[in-house]
Amino acid sequence: MAAEATLAHENSSSNPWGGGKSPYGISWGKIMMWFFLVSDAFTFSSLIIAYGSYRHRLTQIWPTANDVFTHFPFVHGHVPLAYVGLMTFILIMSSVTMVLAVDAGHRRDNKSVAVWMGLTIIGGFMFLGSQAWEWYNFISGTPDGALKMPTGEIYRFPENAPSLHASGVHAPDWSLIAPNHKVIEDRAEIARIKAVAQPIHGANLTDNEYGHPLFADFFFFITGFHGFHVFSGVVINIIIFFNVLSGVYSRRGHYEQIEKTGLYWHFVDLVWVFVFTFFYLV
Amino acid sequence: MADQQHETHGYYTGDMHNQFVPEHYDPKNRGVIWRTFWILLIITIGEVAIAFTSLSKELLEFIFITLTIVKAYFIVAFFMHLKHEKISLAYSILLPFVLIIYLIAMCLTEANYLNLWDNMFK
Repeated sequence: MAAEATLAHENSSSNPWGGGKSPYGISWGKIMMWFFLVSDAFTFSSLIIAYGSYRHRLTQIWPTANDVFTHFPFVHGHVPLAYVGLMTFILIMSSVTMVLAVDAGHRRDNKSVAVWMGLTIIGGFMFLGSQAWEWYNFISGTPDGALKMPTGEIYRFPENAPSLHASGVHAPDWSLIAPNHKVIEDRAEIARIKAVAQPIHGANLTDNEYGHPLFADFFFFITGFHGFHVFSGVVINIIIFFNVLSGVYSRRGHYEQIEKTGLYWHFVDLVWVFVFTFFYLV
Repeated sequence: MADQQHETHGYYTGDMHNQFVPEHYDPKNRGVIWRTFWILLIITIGEVAIAFTSLSKELLEFIFITLTIVKAYFIVAFFMHLKHEKISLAYSILLPFVLIIYLIAMCLTEANYLNLWDNMFK
């Protein structure tokens, strides 16, 4: 069979589409992985565009990410962006160890492949742990929570809105922040709101103490879908890791499986770059 | 994107297709990987840093989206190695995303209109 393939390879014309060899110069498995990733990228693009559409429609009342994600382990007070920056670093780092595993595979260096794959798996678990911690903080919310009107508007307390302090606005303790981020200082209006509003704590699929519930819905769905991709990637990486240890690829003579898994893993990193920008930065 | 006609180095996939796959290993690859890592790290730190400056919201959004596309380029070109694949493969992967640009344009137009409508009678 190998001799046959050699013959076909040598006889193929100079036209890359002339048959007998891959016109793209890569294996069929890698081509299929690329086109799977194109379809997956369309899914993620649609989700992020749906999020962007609602955000644009509700732009005046959309929550500010810097008010929502303000936690950092062992640090008291508001530390926006630092934790998610660290998560991004972890995922980029695990992408680097993955591409180094692919590189070691090209050198047929089984031991290095195993080491870099192992480090990639650790990076994946660290990212998943960070994701869980981020969800935990978002779901449990702030100690004071917020007030929800019967019509659904969320009125927040000023200490839970660090973005206000950052913009130079110092709201008094007894004030409230309206859904459109304006500070309400009129005591009669505050009394009217407090008479009918219900206290809510944290975020879930129906309530979100930080503002519009769609913010929580999109956050849970998109980061959840991405986190599930990371989890799948870690499982696949673990299977590949044990295959490397038991010498499957050194017996096969090539490490193409590492390249295919690597493409998937870099794609997961790529999606996170966009999630990071559209959920946390802009 | 070198278009070599006669491959000498490579391997057979060893599965039922037993396809011949050309392979060219460049020892300089590891330098490129670490260079890409530093570029991605510096861009990410820069993004977090400028988020706390007093630049206008519109300018920040423009910078963040531009830097995101730059980061995406480095991941796809160097980590996923697309820069060194054949140009025909790169086109078949990248051209479908024209549809995504169209979808963004459509959805944001619609969302801006709905925003106008929502706030019309307030």
